[in-house]
Amino acid sequence: MTKDNQLLGFEPAKLTKRLVAGASCILLLSILASLMLGPVSIRPDRILFEILDRIPGISIDSGLSQVEAAIIWDVRLPRIVLGLIVGGLLAIAGASYQGVFRNPLADPYLLGVAAGAGLGATVAIVSGATNGEGMFDTLPIAAFLGSAVAVGITLAVGGAVARSTSTASLLLAGVAVASLFTAIQTYIQQRESTTLRQVYSWILGRLSTSGWDEVIMILPYAAVSVLVMIAMRGTLDVLAVGEEEALSLGIRPERVRWLVIGAASLAAASAVAVSGLIAFVGIIVPHAVRLVVGASNRIVVPLSLIIGASFLVLTDLLARTLQSPAELPIGVVTAFFGAPFFLFVLRRSDGII
Amino acid sequence: MGLSKETRIPNGLDIDSITVELGDKKVVNSVSIRVEDGEWLSIIGPNGSGKSSFLRAIAGLVESQGSMRFQGEELKSLTPRMRAQIISIVPQIPIIPPRVRVLDYVLLGRTPYLGRGYQPTKDDVNLATSVISDLALGTVANRFVTEMSGGERQRVIIARALVQQPKLLLLDEPTTALDLGHQQEVLELVDLQRKNLGLTVLSAFHDLTLASQYGTSMALFVNGDIAHSGNPTEIITEESLKEIYGANVLIHKEGAAINVLPKRQ
Repeated sequence: MTKDNQLLGFEPAKLTKRLVAGASCILLLSILASLMLGPVSIRPDRILFEILDRIPGISIDSGLSQVEAAIIWDVRLPRIVLGLIVGGLLAIAGASYQGVFRNPLADPYLLGVAAGAGLGATVAIVSGATNGEGMFDTLPIAAFLGSAVAVGITLAVGGAVARSTSTASLLLAGVAVASLFTAIQTYIQQRESTTLRQVYSWILGRLSTSGWDEVIMILPYAAVSVLVMIAMRGTLDVLAVGEEEALSLGIRPERVRWLVIGAASLAAASAVAVSGLIAFVGIIVPHAVRLVVGASNRIVVPLSLIIGASFLVLTDLLARTLQSPAELPIGVVTAFFGAPFFLFVLRRSDGII
Repeated sequence: MGLSKETRIPNGLDIDSITVELGDKKVVNSVSIRVEDGEWLSIIGPNGSGKSSFLRAIAGLVESQGSMRFQGEELKSLTPRMRAQIISIVPQIPIIPPRVRVLDYVLLGRTPYLGRGYQPTKDDVNLATSVISDLALGTVANRFVTEMSGGERQRVIIARALVQQPKLLLLDEPTTALDLGHQQEVLELVDLQRKNLGLTVLSAFHDLTLASQYGTSMALFVNGDIAHSGNPTEIITEESLKEIYGANVLIHKEGAAINVLPKRQ
């Protein structure tokens, strides 16, 4: 913008309005497509009128039948909103983990979130405590508690070792805790083989909802964790030069590390609690964003939120339409379409992650 | 008002009995030294003699006992952010993040001045671009730092340190990875900035000849302590190098500086 910059020919990394607008367009199109398509197709103009009609002070006849209106408001929209939240949370948690661990392979399940949730969910299913009924269903609560306990152990053990500057012991503790929880989960699952199918279907991930209960349940955690990760995104760029150099630049690396890891783990645990283990979103989305806009976390973290939300809504659309009326597990779809897409982008990028 | 005549603005760096322990080993053992403003102190000594730990203690990167005052202010009482506004350190082996361009890397030096969002302002960018052109990096400013040659990369790292606008610049063997021409280029650059900006420079050196040519004074570290400090010609002698480094050398004096020539027996 200034003369000097023009002489130099380029600008520093920054989350520009253009990038946000572009990502938001993708998001809106994904939502619209997902509202339109399904066993009953609904015209986009009618959806727009129907939404406008709900705004106080505006009255437009959308021409939708009562059943069609119910499909939009009670069936598709809650599921879309849940997909937005879960996809956004997994992707922003992945981006933050990758930033704080300075490791491109870090994913939101890194510190035991998945194994802990798996154990919690299995216990709930096996004990018959779960009845599949929304907010009063114990399954998401059990899964959330399981992740919280697993991550808690990882942080307590790994953190006590890693007081100095290394995140390696944290990663190792995460691996050990995950193995332990998975072992217990597998043991319980094998003993109670009648519930095997139920446990597997949970592990493969799903976004089927019963109204707005799941959304309301995770919204507070989602909001808090996202706010923290967005606020810390600039310090992650400083942390990229290592914790000691970050300290010499005036950052308190330990504070950044704990805040970001805590927020990202909370986000991942909330997402997993209501959707099961949806693979790949936390790795593929941040990397795809990075390959397009560069490595700066100031850009990658917030854009991962938006693109992750869009990605999951679109994959869920595929999951529920490809073999309609049957539903594919969304975790299968994210991996099936995500992995080749990622390989394609990776190949075009000369392999620089 | 007689008082104000006696109180002058304190200057210089006063290190008083600094001790650094790693594990149960004292790698820096009660070191005291004074460096005047605008001086260049060359720190020499064999591997493991405590040079790096001493510099890292001043930068606040390792715990230390003792006191260090810079221009009258106790450095240890400062927050990391305040300290980073006074001191910048060029580490021996800096971590270069992948896919970061020169301008963004250099702008990291503005971190201790940025607001909450850590987004550099126009002024920060202008300062960074002017330092980048001063260091003849303008033509490569759009490249990834990881893709640059050793000499360019070292200049980029020094650019980051200068953009931090320090009063005290700490260099930990800044030229070890470079060939002779690039070593001289980088050191001349630092010396120019020292003279222009009145920087105080503390630099650990491997190369004794360069240490004596660029330092206005010198400290020789042995086993975590300063064995000798003062004039390079007094500290670097054939006898002292034999005793401390276990090295056989010929010394050729040239004014205040010296040339150290390794000799095979």
